Amino acid sequence: MALRFFGAAATVAVAVGMTASPALAVTEIQWWHAMTGPNNDVVVKLANDFNASQSDYKIVPTFKGSYADTLNAGIAAFRAGNAPGIMQVFEVGTATMMAAKGAIKPVSDLMKEQGEKFDPQSYLPAITGYYSTAKGEMLSFPFNSSSMVMWVNLDALKKAGIDAPPKTWPEVFADAKKLHATSPTCGFSSSWITWGLIEQFSAWHNIPIGTKANGLDGFDTVLEFNNPLETKLLENLVELQKDKSYDYSGRTNTGEGRFTSGECALYMTSSAFYPNVKANAKFNYTAVPMPYFPDAKDAPQNSIIGGASLWVMGGKSSEEYKGIAKFFTFLSDTDRQVYLHEVSGYLPITKAAYDKTKASGFYEKNPILEVPLKELTNKPPTENSRGLRFGGMVQMRDVWSEEIEAALAGKKSAKEALDAAVSRGNQMLRQFERTATK
Amino acid sequence: MENRAIFPGRLLACLLVFPQLAVSLIFFYWPAAQALWQSFLVQDAFGLSTEFVWFENYANLLKTPEYYHAIGTTFVFSLLVVFFSLAIGLLLAVMANRNIAGVQIYRTFLIIPYAVAPAVASVLFIFMFQPGLGMIARALQRNGIDWNPVLNGTHAMILIVIVAVWNQISYNFLFFLAGLQSIPKSVIEAAAIDGARPMRRFWTIVFPLLSPTTFFLIVVNITYAFFNTLGIIDTATEGGPNGSTSTLVYKVFLDGKAGSDLGGSAAQSVILMIIVVVLTAVQFRYVEKKVHY
Repeated sequence: MALRFFGAAATVAVAVGMTASPALAVTEIQWWHAMTGPNNDVVVKLANDFNASQSDYKIVPTFKGSYADTLNAGIAAFRAGNAPGIMQVFEVGTATMMAAKGAIKPVSDLMKEQGEKFDPQSYLPAITGYYSTAKGEMLSFPFNSSSMVMWVNLDALKKAGIDAPPKTWPEVFADAKKLHATSPTCGFSSSWITWGLIEQFSAWHNIPIGTKANGLDGFDTVLEFNNPLETKLLENLVELQKDKSYDYSGRTNTGEGRFTSGECALYMTSSAFYPNVKANAKFNYTAVPMPYFPDAKDAPQNSIIGGASLWVMGGKSSEEYKGIAKFFTFLSDTDRQVYLHEVSGYLPITKAAYDKTKASGFYEKNPILEVPLKELTNKPPTENSRGLRFGGMVQMRDVWSEEIEAALAGKKSAKEALDAAVSRGNQMLRQFERTATK
Repeated sequence: MENRAIFPGRLLACLLVFPQLAVSLIFFYWPAAQALWQSFLVQDAFGLSTEFVWFENYANLLKTPEYYHAIGTTFVFSLLVVFFSLAIGLLLAVMANRNIAGVQIYRTFLIIPYAVAPAVASVLFIFMFQPGLGMIARALQRNGIDWNPVLNGTHAMILIVIVAVWNQISYNFLFFLAGLQSIPKSVIEAAAIDGARPMRRFWTIVFPLLSPTTFFLIVVNITYAFFNTLGIIDTATEGGPNGSTSTLVYKVFLDGKAGSDLGGSAAQSVILMIIVVVLTAVQFRYVEKKVHY
């Protein structure tokens, strides 16, 4: 390896010396990401394909651990003065990134400066809305997106005498009780507790999580999800938790195995759970849209995304920016998006890619993959369903989870827990507002 | 007659002390000073805006009920871990100190858990204690115990105590065994001839003679429970449910890493440092008096 590198370097040196041509320097661009397993292969393939498509730039992908680890590594590298060119950041890190003016370069600015063809309208608004300013300027480039769906064990439903998957929350509650009769430890459960029960729930019912369009319009936002509808949901779950008709599965997705093992017949989690279900579920299954309360005025509205986007870091050379802009154009290519969607199970980010996949008949064979897209595009996004942007969101989710846990464990009433989640969250928002560079 | 080495000049003495001083300065005093400085600042994650706020971070901390809860949790957790890991370590050491067949094999096996990283130990126990999947969890549930560390704070605490104790027993075992072997046989034999039964021999002779080892281990184990259990908690419970396993060091980690609140996190680590220094000082000042060297 070292020898080969030395050899190559020597060849280049000789060639340069002989022809005295201007340096053929290849600009290297570091890309830090958090993708594991098959999705890591996708990242590497994208980088390789791009590098092979031209000779001026070289994208170098590096795996940096979990989403939180990658964000922290990026922050530490920035503080030490050597941030990567591109950084993959999960959706809840969005506020942290955009508050750091000077540390990042907005994608829309980058594309304009570098003269790359870029039309924000060609992307799915439910996806780009999450990563854009209130004025519609795209701050980061959506990479892997998913949404939340409800996974259904059809065999268990049949056994419990339920004809069709539930559509509304009252149906879910009733079915959970029936299913619990056939599985002693679980009827219905869920992962990503705050993403599903607070963030998605609010968007899906068109009610605000916080003021200022859920923080998209400014850091002086105030949380307000301790509303009657949210309280009703939590009260019902607390009641069902008592006999395990609903059974809590933790804050992240560690409980997902309870669906594939057949223990929990109804399970709300990310649509990106698909490859896992496909590989491990030994029963008939499907995925349906998230349930809603039929008495809520606008429900169902549209869901919001999860996943991650690519942020461009500030203070790089214009050569590097040129390369990054070209790479983003490369990623937006319709055929490439179609391919990514079909191999990874993540959502396509452009309208053209979605239409093309649809036209090819792919969804007739894989209807589950279209469920999150139908949710996201169900209605045009409103102030309450465009996304959310709260500072310190990573830790805020922990705080919200703590309070939900207190309610489910019977230590607090549902209303008390939600009030506490809101007031503790607001304290964190004020702290963040103070440090955010304006 | 004094038997003392006299070094010529100061240079050699300074040279010999230097490596240790350098290590202390670089790895303890420097970071400690930085933490102290950081605890007076309010800063965003990227370090782009910094405000000097004197003691505001401390004042905020002392206003939050969760912080007091974490102090309580830390003391309960540490007490349980120190007591059980010492008691079980001592018990095993006494057993392995007897003349039985294959004693070397037992000793070797008893040391193995120490080689397991805390986070890995946690994963091993999660496999056994995960409700619905784990072997032990299922056995408990079959026997009518509604084992659920995901939602029940007491269960979560029991889980991390078990992992932390299991991970630390080997260390204590090793030191107790060495301590036991350094007790002269003649003393114990003399007591036996005087008619003292094994239990009495243990409590009146062996245990007091072990006191230097016990004292050393108490200090080390408290430090272990306060600091080194971070990986265990992070892997097993992430401080949950409802903060019931969130110890002081875990809160430092969580607020600093997940929350990017470096000032608040630094203030917590300064307080934690003070607590441990005071605790250790108290032990050396008062408990050590009871130790027979």
